[in-house]
Amino acid sequence: MSAVLAVQDLRKAFGGVQAVAGVSFAIAAGELLALIGPNGAGKTTCFNLVNGQLDADAGEVQLLGRRITGLPPRKIWGLGVGRTFQITATFASMSVRENVQMALLSHHKRLRAVFARAGDLYAAEALALLEKVGMANQAERRCSVLAYGDLKRVELAVALANSPRLLLMDEPTAGMAPEERKELMELTARLAKGDSMAVLFTEHDMDVVFTHADRIVVLDRGKIIAQGAPADVRADPRVQRVYLGGQSARTR
Amino acid sequence: MLTRRGVLTAAAFSTVLGLGLPALAQSTIKIGEMNSYKVFPAFLDPYKKGWELAVEEVNAAGGVLGKKIEIVSRDDNGTPGDAVRVAEELVSRENVVLLVGTFPSNVGLAVADFAKQKKILFIAAEPLTDKIVWEAGNKYTFRLRASTYMQTAMLVPEAAKLKKKRWAIVYPNYEYGQAATAAFKKLIKEQQPDVEFVVEQAVPLNKIEAGPVVQAIADAKPDAIFSSLFAADLAKFVREGNTRGLFKDMAVFNILGGEPEYLDPLKDETPSGWYVTGYPWDQIKTPEHTKFKDAYMKKYNDYPRLGSIVGYSSVMSAVAAIRKANSTDTEKMVAAMKGLTHSTPFGDITYRALDHQSTMGAYVGRLAQKDGKGVMVDWTYADGAKFLPSDADVKKMRPAD
Amino acid sequence: MTFSSIVLQFINGLAGTSSLFLVAAGLSLIFGVTRIVNFAHGSFYMLGLYVAYSAIGFFGTTILGFWGGIVAAALVIGVLGAVIEILVLRRIYQAPELFQLLATFAVVLVIKDAALGIWGPEDLLGPRAPGLRDAVTILGGNVPQYDLALIVIGPLVLAALWLLLNRTRFGILIRAATQDREMVAALGVNQKHLFTAVFFLGSLLAGLGGAVQIPREPAQLFLDIAVIADAFVVVVVGGLGSIPGAFLAAFIISVVKAFCIGIGDVTILGFDVSFSKLTLVVEFVIMAIVLVVRPWGLLGRPQGQQRGAGMLSQPLPQIGRRFLLIAGSIVVLLALLPALGDRYLLVLLIDILIFALFAASLHFLIGPAGMVSFGHAAYFGLGAYGAALLLKQAGLPMELALLLAPLVAGAGALLFGWFAVRLSGVYLAMLTLAFAQIVWSIAFQWDAFTGGSNGMVGIWPAEWLSSRTVFFYLTLIVCLGAVAGLWRILYSPFGYAMRAGRDSPLRAEAIGIDVRSVQWFAFAIAGLFAGIAGALFAFSKGSISPDLLGIPRSVDALVMVLLGGVQTLVGPVVGAAIFTWLQDEIARATEYWRAILGLVILLLVIAFPQGIAGFAGRLLARRRSAQS
Repeated sequence: MSAVLAVQDLRKAFGGVQAVAGVSFAIAAGELLALIGPNGAGKTTCFNLVNGQLDADAGEVQLLGRRITGLPPRKIWGLGVGRTFQITATFASMSVRENVQMALLSHHKRLRAVFARAGDLYAAEALALLEKVGMANQAERRCSVLAYGDLKRVELAVALANSPRLLLMDEPTAGMAPEERKELMELTARLAKGDSMAVLFTEHDMDVVFTHADRIVVLDRGKIIAQGAPADVRADPRVQRVYLGGQSARTR
Repeated sequence: MLTRRGVLTAAAFSTVLGLGLPALAQSTIKIGEMNSYKVFPAFLDPYKKGWELAVEEVNAAGGVLGKKIEIVSRDDNGTPGDAVRVAEELVSRENVVLLVGTFPSNVGLAVADFAKQKKILFIAAEPLTDKIVWEAGNKYTFRLRASTYMQTAMLVPEAAKLKKKRWAIVYPNYEYGQAATAAFKKLIKEQQPDVEFVVEQAVPLNKIEAGPVVQAIADAKPDAIFSSLFAADLAKFVREGNTRGLFKDMAVFNILGGEPEYLDPLKDETPSGWYVTGYPWDQIKTPEHTKFKDAYMKKYNDYPRLGSIVGYSSVMSAVAAIRKANSTDTEKMVAAMKGLTHSTPFGDITYRALDHQSTMGAYVGRLAQKDGKGVMVDWTYADGAKFLPSDADVKKMRPAD
Repeated sequence: MTFSSIVLQFINGLAGTSSLFLVAAGLSLIFGVTRIVNFAHGSFYMLGLYVAYSAIGFFGTTILGFWGGIVAAALVIGVLGAVIEILVLRRIYQAPELFQLLATFAVVLVIKDAALGIWGPEDLLGPRAPGLRDAVTILGGNVPQYDLALIVIGPLVLAALWLLLNRTRFGILIRAATQDREMVAALGVNQKHLFTAVFFLGSLLAGLGGAVQIPREPAQLFLDIAVIADAFVVVVVGGLGSIPGAFLAAFIISVVKAFCIGIGDVTILGFDVSFSKLTLVVEFVIMAIVLVVRPWGLLGRPQGQQRGAGMLSQPLPQIGRRFLLIAGSIVVLLALLPALGDRYLLVLLIDILIFALFAASLHFLIGPAGMVSFGHAAYFGLGAYGAALLLKQAGLPMELALLLAPLVAGAGALLFGWFAVRLSGVYLAMLTLAFAQIVWSIAFQWDAFTGGSNGMVGIWPAEWLSSRTVFFYLTLIVCLGAVAGLWRILYSPFGYAMRAGRDSPLRAEAIGIDVRSVQWFAFAIAGLFAGIAGALFAFSKGSISPDLLGIPRSVDALVMVLLGGVQTLVGPVVGAAIFTWLQDEIARATEYWRAILGLVILLLVIAFPQGIAGFAGRLLARRRSAQS
């Protein structure tokens, strides 16, 4: 099976600091890959290189065999990549349903229409997506009044609107209660397997990572120090040093 | 039941809505007046006093056609759009018989065109633009004051006499200054073909950078300066030029420079020897002027400015036109205005049938200081009739009615 | 230019820098900390001159009297600024951003009439500075001694401000507040006191900037408007909140102006170029160039994504039966009005309808699209000029001119919008202002084509439209139709995309919305609709002139939008109606109409911080919820 996302020798420096120093990995359809590492390890930079928010200095990102390096986020989305944000980003002046409709309107290339009534378009599809994430009953509420966990689920519905092949989730469970975390990640896993969608996520919570990821990539100081199945990574001495011992990896 | 209070409320309400009550049979003749009072208060405050005095005198003498006159005055906010709106209000709601007033050229031209469109008599009081009687002249519009061209022409004979070769020109960068500059260049060249214009400074109105401008003029080493600056620009230019010694042994000509509105603020800064057009209000001894001046000073305990003359005379023109037409019918008044002669504090003036320009002149003289104040000396009255282009030239410029 | 004139013009430029810097530094401080776009700042400058004139007159023209008078004037203006902050602005900090602008606009009106009442209409030329009356000779040219004093004063104040901002607790608070207001509040600083103090300091600087001009220019009533635009230009070119930036910008602008004047008329490649005429607009050209190249000014820092000042998170109102019913009855009522036979009422309503459309088009930008424009008159004016030029220069029939003129405005908006949407917040607003001023100056200068400062006359409607009643119906149909069209767009997918881009540009990009091009298109639509209003205006007045493109007209539109309430759809329409009607009514009733208008606006501002329509909407909503 060919990879949905393939990252080849990605590099990015800020000033003199090499934030990402030659990272390569790949994700297959239906696979949940977690990108972890201590603070400053380069995972957010790496993540933003993949989603187009940052331009890479060198290296390549391929989506379904197509080079997407250097494309702006909206183009990358157009190729089938959905995203959720660490701090949720929704349209506060719109209802939950309208938020999802926005993504659908964009997906169906209807945004230039100036005469149609937006509220009538893709309403059923939007509700179906909200149904998937369990938010259909709150479809008419405004995003600005939702609980945080619910917002995360709305974001997930929005991210699914273009039937993405790849889902990028930046700290998907940050700020959620443990029970909510579990629910959201199970939901994500279910959707990924059901729609054979690849998922790349960063995460702080090691419980979440080791419970839900199919594979884990561990970064430290811009480089991959380990990758593989959760059990292998957990056993890797370098990972243990970074996360548990701290000393040897952090100091020279 | 109709209570007194109800009636009052209804009246107040209809006023508030701007509906107004039906006009009663009119016992007065209403003249519509509009001006940019808040934009050019220095000139228009005395102007208003001038026309108020005129109204008082006319009515004390029994009014005109057996009726008293009444001025309905409006602020046009200095923009053509607002001016046309208040003109419409004056015409359609106040039923004024004619319009007088306006200050800036663009407002004057807009109201002139409105007068043409709506067929109502308009006496432009203050706008100086030549166009209002020439290129954009029309049947219904007449203009009281000596125009930019005329005021410039009044200074040219003196300028030509000096035989200065190298001229510097400074002017406010809008139509008035541009027209004055063009007229000066044309007229002086006719008299003195070898004249050279060594520097031209177009300064944004009210925003002159006096230091750099004075410096740039000094750098060009001119023999003489022609300026059409006024108000704050003039004051800044004068102070800067005095400090930097620009005016030492320099012949300077400045139209409007002797008008009290612009001269008085200069006080001990007044540059001696400048050639200007203006209004030496304290020295004119003609009977017409003395009568006006005395009445004015008695009423307001203040001396008249040029604006006072303009305000006073424009109402006098309107009254003279009504009297001559013996009617308030527009067409009859327009016919009466053509060739109308009447008395003003500056003497008799005539509205030329040819182009509707009045022959009101200006005083030409030189500036001097007296007791720390600016005054005009060696002045003469320049009759406007003598400083106009030939009839043939005027006909060429002015569209047929 | 010779070497000596180059040096001398450079010195002139330096002397001009000081006053400009003082007034801009004050504005920068106030804006940085309070985020208030303070239109009254120019009025403080003007008052600085007037008060200094009186104070020096009172103290006497001795060295002590002169400088004492200047310091006293600055202090008086500082206190005045603080008082206005306490009495007016403090009450409306909770209102939507930009709303305070409306209050400062009202203050401008009041101060202007107050100055007229106190000091009279005549320009007041102050005394020369004792001891610095004459000139010194430098390289054969004469430079006023006072100019040299000014060249010293500017950097001295800069140094003092730098010390204040970097070496005192108060200064650190100011700098912190400039960067993050919430953080300062969280630190337990009394925000009220901080704001009042900043207003005191900022106004004091404006007053000082005016007062030190006493020997150089007369106190006059024009100064407020003349100065405020320049001050904003300096602040923005220098970078918001950057005091050294303000100094640098003031320096650049003054020196460039001096050199434009010094160079004068030259022939370049066979073309006669008049640099002295360029002084009409040069500061705006500089601002446009700086903003295009450095979107955050010379020494400013790139800002984070700024939110639009507009509707924030307000949802679009649902247009229900009840709304349609009320709107329908108003339209029917309007359509019946000609039966009253009051022709002037129709004239006034034509103005109101046109301004309602103009304001609605600006609201479209400010509210849903989240872009503030300070130069919306450009598109109103382009519509009007388009109509006049198509009629007069192209000889088209009036109907066709009316139809095509808005496209001129739309094209202008398309061109300028391309640059403008690359910026955000106040920088965007100031770039639109720069473009508007550039268009204005072209119309103002291009005599042969646009009629120059006089404009053009004879722009009347076709014969069949010339009666006021018929023209009223035309205006009614076009304006209401256009406003309805604008609203319709808000409910379309494109309108949603505009709000999406405003609410969260990050999310919008992440779902494939090209935020910039949506904003660009929105800008063009707003320009197009302003152009419709402008074209109608030209034909309703019969003439056009550059004032249609000017700053006061842009400000009027802003005032209408804010007065009505930026968070509602009907707000701009209500605001346009009330503002136009008030001005017409008050101007007729009293000589001091500007002050009265200002006071009325102040009252409205304090009573209805959501705008009038916003207030009415809340009232309705409260009643509805009370019923259910």
